[in-house]
Amino acid sequence: MTVDPLLIWVLPFIPITLIAWGLFGLLMPAYWSPIVHAGGNQWYAFIHVTNGTTALLSVPLGIAFLGLGVWSTPLFLRWYGQAAGSMLAPTKQAALEQQVAHLAESRAEVVDTGAAEIRRIERDLHDGAQARLVAMGMTLSAAEQVLDQNPAAARALLLEARDASAKALIELRDLVRGIHPPVLADRGIGEAVRALAMDSPLKIRVTNELPGRPPAPVESAAYFAVSELLANVSKHADARQVWIDIRYEHGLLRIDVGDDGRGGADPGHGTGLRGIERRLSAFDGILALSSPPGGPTVATVEVPCELSSPKTSSF
Amino acid sequence: MRVVIAEDLFLLRDGLIRMLDAHGFEVVSAVDTGAGLLAAVDEHHPDVAVVDVRLPPTFTDEGLRAALEARRRVPSLPVLVLSQYVEPIYARELLADGTGAVGYLLKDRVFDSAQFAEALRRVASGGTAMDPEVISRLLAHNADDSELGGLSPREREVLELMAEGRSNAAIAQRMVITERAVAKHTSSIFTKLRLHPSDDDNRRVLAVLAYLGRRS
Repeated sequence: MTVDPLLIWVLPFIPITLIAWGLFGLLMPAYWSPIVHAGGNQWYAFIHVTNGTTALLSVPLGIAFLGLGVWSTPLFLRWYGQAAGSMLAPTKQAALEQQVAHLAESRAEVVDTGAAEIRRIERDLHDGAQARLVAMGMTLSAAEQVLDQNPAAARALLLEARDASAKALIELRDLVRGIHPPVLADRGIGEAVRALAMDSPLKIRVTNELPGRPPAPVESAAYFAVSELLANVSKHADARQVWIDIRYEHGLLRIDVGDDGRGGADPGHGTGLRGIERRLSAFDGILALSSPPGGPTVATVEVPCELSSPKTSSF
Repeated sequence: MRVVIAEDLFLLRDGLIRMLDAHGFEVVSAVDTGAGLLAAVDEHHPDVAVVDVRLPPTFTDEGLRAALEARRRVPSLPVLVLSQYVEPIYARELLADGTGAVGYLLKDRVFDSAQFAEALRRVASGGTAMDPEVISRLLAHNADDSELGGLSPREREVLELMAEGRSNAAIAQRMVITERAVAKHTSSIFTKLRLHPSDDDNRRVLAVLAYLGRRS
């Protein structure tokens, strides 16, 4: 829609004029005589003002104009807003360009984060489990060599190999938990957050009202967001009570993490919150933080997604 | 003692069968799915079932859910659940009916076959066998509990071993103290945690586990 900018400019003045004109009619009995005697305009709308009586007639008409002006003000302002909006708001193309720029940026960040994560996993495997398996192999071959001559030494070496395999298992378990926690895979975000709560020394009340399960990547991003937020609470907030609400509203997965701690959390501070935002932005999700000094602090995670129907037990 | 095994990985299933055989157990059936477990329990009425948490077809917590269902069908059927990882939240589900005769251990624990066989016997006879990692995580969760904080280091050690499901005799052996000393510690623990004392070992363990798991 193209509208003449001048027309838009005029719109808000129409009700103002109506009100002013109404006031003029209302006050006519007070100042009709100087105007008429000086030979000025003797017409108020269709009323020919010549004496006190006709001046009084203009009062109800003035009230009518005044009422019309007041009543039509919101109407004209709405038209004004719509007309100005249609001229000033970004066009469809500009909006799409903005979205493409945002997507390119968030995609690059996601790829970077993914690559860094894979490097971390590779390093952990290389320095951890892989190194332990090599050591185990060497210990076992040493045990084999001394088995006949020195069974006692062989036994000690075998025990050493067993310990190394136990340590490798512990490291692999920690690594898996960091990539995709088993409870999250098994039960979904609600139970996984409950498990987080059970592992935390904080007193945490969890309410889960999800009717189904979000897609796995969304669950994962939301889970690590909650995990990071809880870590922040236990590090900085000095909170006695923590509550977590998980809901699904208007196509959004919404998780609130609140605490009664000292507040004053700064989203610009610390890489943790920034990391959460980056991870969520891949799904057009956001993190909002309200933390006045003195508390309470409420962090809200919102991610648009579809829910799948809950899995029914096979037993 | 007759055992049913539900484990989908051939190597582990085979290893478990050989190990249990060596310790005098009789493996009457070894299956690889949750549905298979339920069928085997119906058919063989085992003394105890050993179940892996992660089983086909979902490869999630199928085994745990099958174990819970088996206990619904055969109340207080002894079940020992094995897993690559342990979660206090799953331990709570296994303990929820309050009857005991459950075990929840990391798969690593089979490395020490004598200890594992002992834990399996304990579960089969109605006791509990909780993984030390479950207990230490439950304790960490209760870190700011003032009553737990009032325990002496010795009492805390006894509490941990008791929560794992060990008998007074086993705790005494482990800590190199007399059984009477253990009994003194346990009664002091019960007083400090304000739990009702009980002569029954198993009820005592379940009370402690309930205490540790009561915070959500």
